[in-house]
Amino acid sequence: MTSVATRPDAPGGDVAAAPRRRRMTRARREERRTALAMLSPAVAVIVAVAFLPVLYTIYLSFHDATVTRTGGWVGFDNYSGALRDEVFRTALANTVIFTVVSVALELALGLAIAVGINRAFRGRGLVRTAVLVPWAFPVVVSALMWRLMLQDQVGIITYVVQELGITDSPILGDRWPLMIAAILVDVWKTTPFMALLLLAGLQTIPRDVLEAAEMDGATAWQRFRDVTLPLLRPAILVAVLFRTLEAWSVYDLFWVMTDRRLDSLSTYVYEGVRVSQLQFATGTAAAVLVFISSIVIALVFIKGFGAKTLQEDER
Amino acid sequence: MRARLATWGPALVIVLVAVLPVVWVLKMSLIPRRELFRSPPTVLPDDITLQHYRTVFDDPAFRQGLVNSLIIAGATTLLALVFGALAAYPLARLRFGGRTFIMTGILALAFFPSVAIIAPLFVEFRNLQLLNSYAAVIIVDTVFALPLAVWILTAFFRQLPRDLEDAARMDGATTLQTFRRVIVPIAAPGVFTAGILTFIFAWNEFLFANTFLFDESRWPVTVVIPNFATQYSIDYGGQAAAAIVVTVPLVLLVLVFQRRIVSGLTAGAVKG
Repeated sequence: MTSVATRPDAPGGDVAAAPRRRRMTRARREERRTALAMLSPAVAVIVAVAFLPVLYTIYLSFHDATVTRTGGWVGFDNYSGALRDEVFRTALANTVIFTVVSVALELALGLAIAVGINRAFRGRGLVRTAVLVPWAFPVVVSALMWRLMLQDQVGIITYVVQELGITDSPILGDRWPLMIAAILVDVWKTTPFMALLLLAGLQTIPRDVLEAAEMDGATAWQRFRDVTLPLLRPAILVAVLFRTLEAWSVYDLFWVMTDRRLDSLSTYVYEGVRVSQLQFATGTAAAVLVFISSIVIALVFIKGFGAKTLQEDER
Repeated sequence: MRARLATWGPALVIVLVAVLPVVWVLKMSLIPRRELFRSPPTVLPDDITLQHYRTVFDDPAFRQGLVNSLIIAGATTLLALVFGALAAYPLARLRFGGRTFIMTGILALAFFPSVAIIAPLFVEFRNLQLLNSYAAVIIVDTVFALPLAVWILTAFFRQLPRDLEDAARMDGATTLQTFRRVIVPIAAPGVFTAGILTFIFAWNEFLFANTFLFDESRWPVTVVIPNFATQYSIDYGGQAAAAIVVTVPLVLLVLVFQRRIVSGLTAGAVKG
């Protein structure tokens, strides 16, 4: 769990070898050749199945493409077509709302759980097992389970909501109740993951730092705000970045949970590319927009907030 | 009493929130139809029936779905471990230029929105006549499982003591021989952890399977489930049973391997 420390013997850290580096020894050359050979299968499939296809998507998005032919050059027509499309705009709005609200809730709850588990209270092992349960399911299964509970004839949640007099209309019908339900399921399902990552971060904070703060008379809240939070910042940034990008490309949950009544950017792409193939070209433009916006989000986190996604000794 | 509540309270709340929905759906899957529709609903089941499970297992598409999921997730796990271990060893141990670049490239894939590539892959698989084949989904799943596999395996390989490798080198073994004879056997726990997580990832995958497979006979269970729910749209007990059946193997995996799963998920997430 504590994993990789920065090690003196890590590759590249071989300072003593510097003078010898000018001429590669035979052993070094063999090592290098073997390294590249061992890496090549993984690199080859990744390039062929992920990186080249993205370029191909970009290429297609500037053409009047269908599934069977590339078609003529149309410039930015597909992009303006998507942006003018009411369905796309709703999908964009839905995705923004879903991402912001669910990630914010997951961070708050995940932090609370992580701090709670980290204090050695009883039942830690039990909690750890229990929170892994929602995490391990396929999204489609969690969506189905919650749909059953929200269903207007047999759903327990609907029954309670109606008994309490909050609403009488079926939850799985309108946009906003559906959105709230989708966020609820996402929070239920992915908060554990958030909590685990944050807990791992918390466990690296040395106890004596917190004890010293306590000796100096800091209250529990002050210790949390001024000691724990700043030290936890790297772990928080990485966890939030992962979750944000995952929520940004939400597909399964909207597809199954809402019975296609609620669109996200990804379901919009899927509709275009796979379902109504007349919209193939618009779908590819939307796909490129999803890709580029994901890169922008990642860059904001990495450059703007200084999120570190690689370990120290890998730079 | 109050002190006890304070120590057990938080744990209890978390466990209830995480597990209660599953328990409720389990109850829905076990009660007869008329009890399911009763209002107010019963808290504990009055009657227990396996009728809904019969509906699920009598459905040939569902049975086939479980088999397909096993094939796809099994093959994906195997491939991702082989490719991943081969890539992780040099990243963890060997000296060569461009390590950071390659590592970044592989990990960047974890951030990749899958929909960005379904259009060209659809076209390509169509040309290669791979649409509607297990191979199409296995190939794409393997690629997207690689960041996780490489990440975990790199972390584990780094933790291994170097002495054994040095000894093997002294004895004149090549790098590849050292990897195969020395590293792989002692890294078995790490490989196993990466395997569990890859399997869960592939078992749960939905978008690619839903894109590249049209034929019911090829669908993994994640694609069968939504269609099952549409087909048996008012058989709520059947839907609940279907959800439970898919969940059971995963809950068992979590219960048996929770320590490994947690260590794998947080591998390398923390420095120190």
